[in-house]
Amino acid sequence: MKRRRDIAQTLAGRHKAAVLVVTVLVGVGLGFGVAHLMAGSIAYWGVVSGPFLITLRVAIPATLIAGITGVASGYVLAKGRFPGRNVLETLGSLPIILPPTVIGFYLLEVLSPGTRVGGFLTRVVGHVFVYNVYGCIIAATVAAFPFCMRAARTAIEGVDPLVEQAARTIGLPNWRVALLVTLPLARRGIAAGLTIGCARALGEYGATLMVGGDIDGKTRTMSLAILDSFTTPERNTMLLILVLMAITAMTGVGLLGRSRA
Amino acid sequence: MTALIPHSWLNWLGIPPWIWNPLSISLHAALEATVVVAIVGIALGYLLAKGHFPGRGVIETVCSLPMALPPTVVGYFLLTRMGGPGPIRDAEVHLFGHPLTFTFTGIVVAQIIESFPYCMRFSRTAISVVDPRFEQAARAMGLSRWRIALLVTLPLARRGIVAGVVMAFGRALGDFGATMIVSGSVPMATTMPIALYNAVFYGSHEQAMVLALVQLGVAFVILLGVSRLGKVRPW
Amino acid sequence: MTAALEVTVTRHIGEFDLDVAFAVESGISVLFGPSGAGKSLTLALIAGLARPDTGTIAINGDVVTDCAHRLHVSTQERRIGMVFQDGLLLPHRSVLDNVALAVRQASGRRARRAIARSWLERVGAEGFADRRPGSLSGGQRQRVALARALAGDPSLVLLDEPLSALDSPVRRELRALIREVIISSGVPALLVTHDAEEAEELGDVVISFADGRVTGQRIVERPVRPEPPQGPPGSTESA
Repeated sequence: MKRRRDIAQTLAGRHKAAVLVVTVLVGVGLGFGVAHLMAGSIAYWGVVSGPFLITLRVAIPATLIAGITGVASGYVLAKGRFPGRNVLETLGSLPIILPPTVIGFYLLEVLSPGTRVGGFLTRVVGHVFVYNVYGCIIAATVAAFPFCMRAARTAIEGVDPLVEQAARTIGLPNWRVALLVTLPLARRGIAAGLTIGCARALGEYGATLMVGGDIDGKTRTMSLAILDSFTTPERNTMLLILVLMAITAMTGVGLLGRSRA
Repeated sequence: MTALIPHSWLNWLGIPPWIWNPLSISLHAALEATVVVAIVGIALGYLLAKGHFPGRGVIETVCSLPMALPPTVVGYFLLTRMGGPGPIRDAEVHLFGHPLTFTFTGIVVAQIIESFPYCMRFSRTAISVVDPRFEQAARAMGLSRWRIALLVTLPLARRGIVAGVVMAFGRALGDFGATMIVSGSVPMATTMPIALYNAVFYGSHEQAMVLALVQLGVAFVILLGVSRLGKVRPW
Repeated sequence: MTAALEVTVTRHIGEFDLDVAFAVESGISVLFGPSGAGKSLTLALIAGLARPDTGTIAINGDVVTDCAHRLHVSTQERRIGMVFQDGLLLPHRSVLDNVALAVRQASGRRARRAIARSWLERVGAEGFADRRPGSLSGGQRQRVALARALAGDPSLVLLDEPLSALDSPVRRELRALIREVIISSGVPALLVTHDAEEAEELGDVVISFADGRVTGQRIVERPVRPEPPQGPPGSTESA
């Protein structure tokens, strides 16, 4: 009796991640199938697939970069004791209420080859960052970063410092305490921040428009394409896929709620 | 459409129309939106913090949606519901005489929807961390539910609530996507973010720099105020 | 012979003044006194989790804290083991992993797990080695906490009210276990408690605390049993 319970527990622990991944894949696949069927002809999918793939190309790297930098910044803000800590957090949180066009404007100032900083950057790195996917990725990353950072900070601050102390008494160096104790214990809040950041990156409009240029086939993400398709028949497909995005958003917000409880 | 400050004053101060026009529209719309958002947001935040009714989680998730949805979806939704045929459009025509798309009121509606979640979440968090013993003491004193809420709970939660209202105001000021879709981008009759967009795309770099700087400063001040006020985080 | 622990420290927090000096030899020494007397704070200072205002702390002859010379060895580098009142095991890892993480004298996963397993046996917890701490009772958790504290081959074991959160029958059962395991391991221990019965039963030396001061020190009479220390489990296997 006891052993069966233990097996179930272990299975639940180790394979929870796998089950989650499979569920998401099945869900997305189903969503695709439904959208495809309801969209009618493959022609619509052809038109929609462009922006959809571009959105994926932009949102996935953006979420990853925002996630990693956000967690790192959140950790430093949670643990560090230096003056100007809150000012730094305010600066990092700016993209939350900064108008997207302001974000886009300053990104253009920094990245566009025409300006001093942008020209220098382009020459040094040898790559242009505006009017292509990279600009979109940067814009989406900037938009998602504050959510990841703030959620990470709150989650890390919420970890019982006594457990971290106990980990220090058994000889774990500080970096291992962070990796083995602090971050795993904060994972719910961090995951919630990632999901909200992802939703934000998916839905980014203003800054992407300015930095990417809304170039059909190259930088026209779903958020941009929905406008152009307003009077065309493929807008239903667009809408359906955007509904999928909404579901992601809801999941993220739902996770947020549960992690706070 | 009335301006908050007489145009003559602004001209006298040397502020050109291409700044104060969108600035006054932005401020005006955001203020109207924030008034509505504050009332409904605080009320809903209170209900969600205190209530134990079925569907509480669903309501909170739905109300928080605009925070995570692409603003184009929100704008799109508003455009079709407010402009296209349907019960909402009929109600608008009944109330206002015309559909709200491409009007100032439409902008206000878009901003209400976009900034509402911020106020609600801040309020909810602030109210839920109020020590329940204060309310229990008030109940023992015989105060009614209403008076407890107004005299005890809300005042104790005021820092977080004010932070939420300020945050909502900031969000309303900064809205771009939803506003743009609902109202179009007629030059000289738009909000600050849209004015900046226009300035960039019609080549007036100087104007763009000024507009951007003003909005950056405003956003920074608002965030600083929020962080001072609300040690309460909704996320 | 060098004392296992030598402490001379002062620390001021708000209205509270701690000013203590004592030494610990082998066996179990008990810091006994009412709540708020400064016992747990003293333990935290010895562990390196807090810093004193003035004074020195030496473990096994090595100075780990010296305020005059601004020396403060980090907690991780003091070879101590610590048992907290709430156990404080990592909730997301199995019991075995928790103890294995503490093993620093061996390298390689298998060696560490083997040592961990033998310590779990010593404390009677091998039955739930693969379970998570969250599914254990309080008494079971404290057994694992004890195993974890000793598994790292420490020079000193610190126990901060290890049994205060448990029910009386469990407490009595574990008292005997703590005494037996620690004495047979040969590691000197410092235990904090406000329970007089516990102090008598567990301590070889009882150091009384009150209001941040040491008010007395006495030796507990015990029937002498000629039992040589066993040392850590690994050392007896190869014989």
